[in-house]
Amino acid sequence: MKIKADRDVCIGAGNCVLAAENVFDQDDDAIVVVLEESPQDEDAESARNAVGSCPSGALSIEET
Amino acid sequence: MATAQAPVLPLHMRRDRFDPPAEIAAIREQPGLGRVTTPIGRPAWLVTRYEDAREVLGDATRFSSAGLPVIPVPGAAPGEQRSGNLLMLDPPEHTRLRRLLTGEFTVKRIRRLQPRIAEIVDAQLDAMEQAGPPADLVPDFALPVPSLVICELLGVPYADRAEFHSRAAKQLDLTRPLEERGQVAMESRAYMGELVDRAFAEPGDDMLGMLVREHGDDLTRTELIGISSLLLIAGHETTANMLAIGTLALLRHPEQAAVVRDDPEATAPAVEELMRFLSVVHTGVPRVATADTEVAGQAVGAGDVLVVSLPAADRDRALVEDPDRLDVGRAASHHVAFGHGVHHCLGAPLARMEMATAFPALLRRFPTLAPAIPFEDVDFRSASVVHGLRSLPVTW
Repeated sequence: MKIKADRDVCIGAGNCVLAAENVFDQDDDAIVVVLEESPQDEDAESARNAVGSCPSGALSIEET
Repeated sequence: MATAQAPVLPLHMRRDRFDPPAEIAAIREQPGLGRVTTPIGRPAWLVTRYEDAREVLGDATRFSSAGLPVIPVPGAAPGEQRSGNLLMLDPPEHTRLRRLLTGEFTVKRIRRLQPRIAEIVDAQLDAMEQAGPPADLVPDFALPVPSLVICELLGVPYADRAEFHSRAAKQLDLTRPLEERGQVAMESRAYMGELVDRAFAEPGDDMLGMLVREHGDDLTRTELIGISSLLLIAGHETTANMLAIGTLALLRHPEQAAVVRDDPEATAPAVEELMRFLSVVHTGVPRVATADTEVAGQAVGAGDVLVVSLPAADRDRALVEDPDRLDVGRAASHHVAFGHGVHHCLGAPLARMEMATAFPALLRRFPTLAPAIPFEDVDFRSASVVHGLRSLPVTW
């Protein structure tokens, strides 16, 4: 999988960081930063959960 | 004796203790959308299903938050009542203001606050313990904890709490006339105006000081007042009610309370489940369709008002199995208790941290905590923008 994040759409709610800390972080303005674009195993599962929990629709997954 | 008759509240503003009213659950089972009348007498579509709620709240282009006129208050300049109130603005204006604030609520920033939140929680618990049982959990714990936190964070003197608590409760009280609630909102803005002027003269280390220092040129005075007034009211009313009604929900299920008390790993999913199950905010700001569209197969015309019932959506079987059962052991769901879309609660990381700190600390300090009155006598505060309890006598 490949994680895509649209930083213009992100509203900085932080749900993704809480759901998948190894995959997502926030910059100083709270906007999403992808730490791991192609997470594996448990992190992949957490990343899917994070994408589902995103309120702004900034996150998507491209299956590779 | 003749007393003022409380008006019958619209369906989407009613609760049956912890639950949305049965009529709302029935509407959720029917195709299409429900019909309600808003307090200003306008008919509105009622959205009750989880997927429909996410669709409406998630699309600020089709569904505007700025579409409804505010009730004019004598003495308020045009636009003043809305200025800086993020909840009633659409992108791009909403985006501009929200982005000035989000940095204050990152997960990292809030984690740095955790020790201070724990201190505040412990100090309230110490005071309760010293005074001895019984206590009223609302004024002794649920309300002071988030109030102290938001006061420190924002730069509001906690000594002023009696006044701003009273104003906040009136502003949210759905049984009061809209004109009166608008008037009280303007009093809140006047109070915040004094604090904003003080911050302009001498910016402190708090959020007001930061906004003045870093964004003083990007923000008008009325915007800053609007933002700060919203943060103050949203910062204490919502979490305070979750702490009170959430504690009651846990005490009704002692085995679940024991899990929250004893297992630190259980805290985060338990907070999410309490949020889902209780969804204390009845609805967000009503949305207005910006063009002819369709929701749940129902034609919705441009200018139509839509009200999204958050508790109804969070009790939808499409979200979790057995949705009317509180189960703190279930995996955290993607509930909409914090809203959805661009208006998703800005302070969610702070609210979560306060709850994750306060619930276990309370249950550990008083392992025998129990309501001091029968459940039937508990004073639920249904007729408010934020559902909760007026008081909760407890003993231990």
